[in-house]
Amino acid sequence: MDSFVSAFAEAGALLVSFDPDFLSIVGLSLRVSLTAVALACLIGFPLGALVALTRFPGRGVAILLLNTFMGLPPVVVGLIVFLVLSRAGPLGVLGLLFTPTAMIIAQTILVTPIVAALTRQIVADLWVEYGEHLRSLDAGPVTTLATLITDARYSLATVVLAGFGRAIAEVGAVMIVGGNIDHVTRVMTSAIALETSKGNLSTALGLGIVLLFLALTVNAAVQIINTSAGKRAALA
Amino acid sequence: MSGPASILPLRAHRLAFEAGGTRLLDDVSFILPAGRRTVLLGPNGAGKSLLLRLCHGLLKPSSGEVRWAIEGRRSARRQAMVFQQPVMLRRSAVGNITHALAAHDVPRADRLTRANAALALAGLSHVARRPARVLSGGEQQRLALARAWATEPEILFLDEPTASLDPAATRAVETLIEGFHAADTKIVMATHDLGQARRIADDILFLHKGRLLEATDAAAFFEKPQTKEGRAFIAGELLW
Repeated sequence: MDSFVSAFAEAGALLVSFDPDFLSIVGLSLRVSLTAVALACLIGFPLGALVALTRFPGRGVAILLLNTFMGLPPVVVGLIVFLVLSRAGPLGVLGLLFTPTAMIIAQTILVTPIVAALTRQIVADLWVEYGEHLRSLDAGPVTTLATLITDARYSLATVVLAGFGRAIAEVGAVMIVGGNIDHVTRVMTSAIALETSKGNLSTALGLGIVLLFLALTVNAAVQIINTSAGKRAALA
Repeated sequence: MSGPASILPLRAHRLAFEAGGTRLLDDVSFILPAGRRTVLLGPNGAGKSLLLRLCHGLLKPSSGEVRWAIEGRRSARRQAMVFQQPVMLRRSAVGNITHALAAHDVPRADRLTRANAALALAGLSHVARRPARVLSGGEQQRLALARAWATEPEILFLDEPTASLDPAATRAVETLIEGFHAADTKIVMATHDLGQARRIADDILFLHKGRLLEATDAAAFFEKPQTKEGRAFIAGELLW
């Protein structure tokens, strides 16, 4: 019980202190995860829509793989990216291991299947409704894709959130490829793991509370945008 | 309406369509010339919607073929279709029309003017900025017609466009269809509504159980149907 009370005290202290070390950890967490989610959306939106709209041999397997990869274990992804980026690995010459870039790569790999798989489902459902009209218009593939993604934008906002939730919360991948180096690759989750192992439970909990608070803020922001825009356009 | 040559007449040659081993349409042939309003008449399940979709190219026939006077993309872009349940994009009323114009590669500068003209024609100018999906059923169907109008089709397929509308909305839709006819757009409409068929049709294609039983002048059909199914349908006896 004590540790909870002191954790909240610590969290509050952390929040108001504007401690530069703490702020750099939060900043790096946001930078890595937001960049990864943006990249994952750039790949996952069109990929999911393509799988939804095209028929090709092995499509069933592709959907199965996409859905399965939604649950990729972060440590496994971390390990694979580690092997690829390590000095002896195929991309070792780039010298990316233990940099934020490596963390972004790992999280992009984690989040892309989530974005693609959910996008596929949403676009497939919308196609049931729009398909005949778009084909009647003789709309080309680019127009069709753009129409479906544009009109599914409110559902896709939720997909972005799911992806962000996955990225900001995971520790396995960033820990392995980033190395949790102070001031370089330390993010909130890896800091929590470190503080816990050092026995600084209240600091760890404090960081955890700040992490939850961050997630809450992002979700609330999207929800506000969604409801006001949704009301304006009555798009449900 | 636009371009040098017409995509009409439309020739359907021995069309058949099967799904799951059931023959839903069998050996249907006809020619649709420009000008006259053609109504596909028949009870539910006769294959009217199916036939419209085959003509429009939304479905591929199991055998037989649909041929236009001009083939390929140019013919596809000069057709339009309005469905029983209008497909409303999650955009404003005017946005639904500019989207269709964009899909037809109409220059951006012209889209809004043409969309607004079409909305005015359909009496929808006052709801131009409203989301299409909050419009009433009648307004949505008029918007679907305005959207088709804006793309200036040579032929308009209508699949029971008033089946779920009240009498006033039905009248408004029929007036718009009349407008298409007056602008020399070929009308091909499926309906099971005898009164509507009498009001609109110049020619009747009478379908029953996937077969084309009569293809004739509307007046002649209503005066003296040549088949017992046709007589029964006009007499209002149920046909299954």
